[in-house]
Amino acid sequence: MLLIHCPYCEEDRPEVEFANGGQAHIARPADPSAYSDPQWEEFLYIRRNPRGRHHERWRHVHGCGRFFNAVRDTVSDRFETTYKAGEPAR
Amino acid sequence: MKRFSGFNLIGEAFRSHQGWPEHWPDKAPKPAYDAIIVGAGGHGLGAAYYLASKYGITNVAVIEKGWLGGGNTGRNTTIIRSNYLYDESAHLYDHAVKLWDGLSQELNYNIMYSKRGVLMLAHNVHDVQSFKRHIHANRLNGVDNEWLTAEECKAYCPPLDISPNARHPVLGGALQRRGGTARHDSVAWGYARAASALGVDIIQNCAVTGIRRGADGAAEGVETERGFIASKKIGVSAAGSTSVVMAMAGLQFPLESYPLQALVSEPVKPIFPCVVMSNTVHAYMSQSDKGELVIGAGTDQYISYSQRGAFHIIEHTLAAICEIFPIFTRMRMMRTWGGIVDVTPDRSPILAKTPVPGLYVNCGWGTGGFKATPGAADLLAYTIAHDAPHRINAPYALDRFRNGRLIDEAAAAAVAH
Repeated sequence: MLLIHCPYCEEDRPEVEFANGGQAHIARPADPSAYSDPQWEEFLYIRRNPRGRHHERWRHVHGCGRFFNAVRDTVSDRFETTYKAGEPAR
Repeated sequence: MKRFSGFNLIGEAFRSHQGWPEHWPDKAPKPAYDAIIVGAGGHGLGAAYYLASKYGITNVAVIEKGWLGGGNTGRNTTIIRSNYLYDESAHLYDHAVKLWDGLSQELNYNIMYSKRGVLMLAHNVHDVQSFKRHIHANRLNGVDNEWLTAEECKAYCPPLDISPNARHPVLGGALQRRGGTARHDSVAWGYARAASALGVDIIQNCAVTGIRRGADGAAEGVETERGFIASKKIGVSAAGSTSVVMAMAGLQFPLESYPLQALVSEPVKPIFPCVVMSNTVHAYMSQSDKGELVIGAGTDQYISYSQRGAFHIIEHTLAAICEIFPIFTRMRMMRTWGGIVDVTPDRSPILAKTPVPGLYVNCGWGTGGFKATPGAADLLAYTIAHDAPHRINAPYALDRFRNGRLIDEAAAAAVAH
C-alpha cells in the first residue's frame, strides 16, 4: 500500500484514505461546443500512460476531501512530490 | 518437431526419453522478415502461428523483451468464457471459445482446456434481471448460457452456501457450460512449439527500443537491443506495455496500465468443480488441476508498471471469498503476484490497424485477455495478412473513441471480466 503525503493535511497517510483521479493537468475544453471529434477523443480518452515519471491526481476522500496532484514513478511506485491543485506541474 | 503421440511416447520410453528435441530453438534475429510480432505472450505467439499456418506468411519473427509467456499469459487465472452481452463481444469471445475447442489437437500439445463451466452468481434482484438479459442476448448470438436456480447452483457447485441467511444470498446463477479453464503456460508453449515448427523465429531477451518509419510514414522495422530488424508489417501484442511501444511510433493510445493481482492457496484435494464468479461481491475462483484454489483479485486504482499490487486489494478479495465460501475461511494462501493490464475506456480491446501503415495492434484486453487468446491471435494474424480487419474485429478499431461507437462492456460485464 502506498503512503501518500496530502499537501493540505500535511501528513503521510495510507493509500486507502485516497482515491486516484487519473492523469493530472488535463484542461477542460474552454468552449465545448467548438470542440471537434478528434479534440474530444484527446480530452476524454487519450492518456499518456507513461512508464516512469507520471503526473496524477489524488483525492483525500477519507480525510480533507480535497484534490491534489502528485508526481510518481510508475515503475517503482515511489512518490517524487505532491502539490496542491492549481499549482503548476512540477 | 517430433509429434507427441502414444506411439512416440512408447518408443521414447525405451530410450529414456533422450530423443525429444527442444520445443523451440532459440533464434538469432535475421536482418528482415515478412512480419514481426512484438510480444511473445499467448496472443503474440498465436498470431505468429496463425500467420504461418492459416495465412501463408512463414517468414515471421516474434520478439520478446523477457521470456515467452512470462507476462500476463503466465499470471492470469485461466478462465475461459464467452457469455458477453453485446453482439460484438459475443462474436469476438465466442470465436476464441470455438478455437479453444480443438486447440490441443491442432497444436499437438495438451493445453488442458477443461469445460468445467463458469457459474456467475446472482445475489440480488438486479443481478437476476441482468443475468437473464445476458442469457437471452447470448442465446440470440448462439452462445450457450443458462439460468440455474439456487438449488441447481448448489448441485453444480457443492461448496456454495445458498442459505437465505448468508451475507450475500445466492438467488440463482448463469452457467456457461462451455466455459472453463486451460493451462496457461501450455498455451504459450504449444503455440511457440507449433509456430517454430512452421519456421517462425522466436527471439527472447530482446527488447524493442524503437519503431522505424519511412518517409511516407509507414513502418519499416524495429530497433532492438540486438540491432535493427526490417519488416513492412509489425503487429504489436504487448499488453500492459502497449502504450510504451506505441509511443515509439509516435502514437498515443486510449490505454491505462494497472496492476492486477491473483493468488493461489495451498493445494488441496478436488473440492471445487467449476469456475464461480460473483460480480457483486467481486470474487472469482476455480481449482487448478494441481489442487490450488486460483483466486482473482481486482486492479489497483493507480497506473503502474511495477507488476505488483497492494495488499489491501488481496485482503478485500479474500474477505469476499470468505463471505461466499465460509468453507474456505481457514485455507492458507500460498502465493500472490501481479501483472500489468492495459485497460481501455470502454473495457473492450483494440484489435486493428493503426494510423501508421504496416503497424497493427492487439491491446486493451484489460483484465480478461486470456480467454480470448486463440481468437485474438487469429484475428491479429488475419488483420496483418490482409491489411484489413476481419468482420469480427472490425468494430474493435481505434476510431470508435472518435466517433463514439464504443463497445461498453465496462457497464455490461461489471467488474470481473
